[in-house]
Amino acid sequence: MSGVRPTRAARAGRAVVVALALLWSLGPVAYGVVLAVRPYGEVTRDPLGLPTTLDLSAFATALRDEADGGFGLGRFVLNSLGVALGTVLLSIAVCVLGAYAAARLRYRGRAVTNGIILAVYLFPGIVLAVPKFVVLARLGLTSSLAGLLVVYVAATVPVALYMMRNFFLALPASVEEAAIMDGCTLGQLLVRVVLPIAVPGVVATAIYVFMIAWNEYFYALLFLVQRRELWTAPLGIAQLGDFQVPVTVLLAGSIAVTVPVVVIFFLAQRYIVSGLVQGAER
Amino acid sequence: MTAARPTTTRARENRTGWLLVSPSLMVVALVVLVPFALVVVFGFSEVRLVDIPYLGTEPVTWSLDNFRRAAASQAFWGALWTTVLYAGLTAVGSLAVGLVLALALRRPFRGRGLVRALLLVPYVLPVVAAATIWKTLLNPQYGLVNAFGRAYLGWDAPVGFLSTTSADVGGVPVPVALLVVVLFDVWKSAPLAFLFLTARLQSVPGEIEEAAALDGANRRQTLRFILLPQLRAVALLLLLLRFIWSFQTFDDVYLLTEGAGSTQVMAIQVYTELVTRADIGSAAAFGLLMSLVLVVLLAGYVVLSRRAGEGP
Repeated sequence: MSGVRPTRAARAGRAVVVALALLWSLGPVAYGVVLAVRPYGEVTRDPLGLPTTLDLSAFATALRDEADGGFGLGRFVLNSLGVALGTVLLSIAVCVLGAYAAARLRYRGRAVTNGIILAVYLFPGIVLAVPKFVVLARLGLTSSLAGLLVVYVAATVPVALYMMRNFFLALPASVEEAAIMDGCTLGQLLVRVVLPIAVPGVVATAIYVFMIAWNEYFYALLFLVQRRELWTAPLGIAQLGDFQVPVTVLLAGSIAVTVPVVVIFFLAQRYIVSGLVQGAER
Repeated sequence: MTAARPTTTRARENRTGWLLVSPSLMVVALVVLVPFALVVVFGFSEVRLVDIPYLGTEPVTWSLDNFRRAAASQAFWGALWTTVLYAGLTAVGSLAVGLVLALALRRPFRGRGLVRALLLVPYVLPVVAAATIWKTLLNPQYGLVNAFGRAYLGWDAPVGFLSTTSADVGGVPVPVALLVVVLFDVWKSAPLAFLFLTARLQSVPGEIEEAAALDGANRRQTLRFILLPQLRAVALLLLLLRFIWSFQTFDDVYLLTEGAGSTQVMAIQVYTELVTRADIGSAAAFGLLMSLVLVVLLAGYVVLSRRAGEGP
């Protein structure tokens, strides 16, 4: 494992690169946090200053309802939460069995279905936004959270299939073979053997799908821009940016919707990363 | 392995395979194949937003007008060029940054796990939050960059980073807003390249490097002749994927500039045709032309990777 020993200069060079990398990645985020806890007047007067006191009023203003003098982000967060959780449930339910079959069972046409899964994963996109919008508008669903749920499930099914198939492929097949030898039926095999060992992969996929739905902006804009009471958190923050909302409040809102995803992502980071990059090792 | 099994098991596995995979395939068909068929229909017909209530009740009148108009319009070709530039620069930029990060973090050191996790933050951040932060950072009145530039770098006037089409830097015209949007996308997407490259680097067997060291290779030679060749395939794949994804980017550009400062990418054009001009047919045609570009690119990649596979 020792490989080629790094020289002292190489090690110092690496320390510099790592420091710069952290500054590049986290600098803007840290800046956002710092501004969010400074009073607005102070920010405009002295843009380069550091916070002298910890002023959390911007968070409260962002989250409170319009009726209480806030900007209603609390309600937008609830809208987002509902849509994102619904997306996770539906998307996982549709994909978990298919991903297992694509990874494990030898049925005729398996290569074709696997090809379709990859192609669909690689080819998402704006191109399909036009027909989706038109169809849902025809069905009268474009100004509802239900319509948004439908497009989010549509957008996440390919990713969920792809990720869960990767997880199933990485599981040792020997356990399932042993269970079949012991006379397990397919149903028993799935419920008692496969799902328990697949839980980390399913949870990681669920979290990733949740993040996609939670962060989504384009369809929310396309469907709901006229319906303020239905805005999702990202749409809410982006729309308020066009009004005369103090920048500290916008940043506080941005931080508030970021913290939950960053935290849950880091809890499941190892699994999500392995699900995404599998296949790249070859 | 399964030769000894009776054929009935094989048939049963075939049946259950299809049973399990069919819900997923049905959803994929419903949300990908049907919309794709529809976008073709719309692209070749005259449909506007006001026609939506009557869709499916009247026969389609086919025409090539949407494509003819797109090909004749300055906006289309301008957007295509902007998009190619944007996607190309983003792909190269995020691969380069990802490569530097992956190589710098290749050897274990104390705190590496934490550093690796922290580098992923820009990728995880909701794009709206990231854009809000960057817009503030670059704001002409109270943004950090302009305040710093005026206080320490002697800038006479604040720079409108997100609205300036082109600025003269030492006699060379620089597309400011476009480069800022590229930089933003590199910032957000480099962590993914970093992850893929790290995964690939970890599977390079240590013995090769040790053998090279025994043969007297220095660090630069090891990098040049051992590591980089191992990364070539995944690097090419990353370039292609990032180009495809950035080619369709809407959120990042729209949130930062709304298309100002000559950053009208194709996705924004599609959105404008659909929402502002209420022309479904034209939006569909723009979308189809976009996918045509991507299909050509994918075909090129397949040919290229085939040829690379045949080589030594």
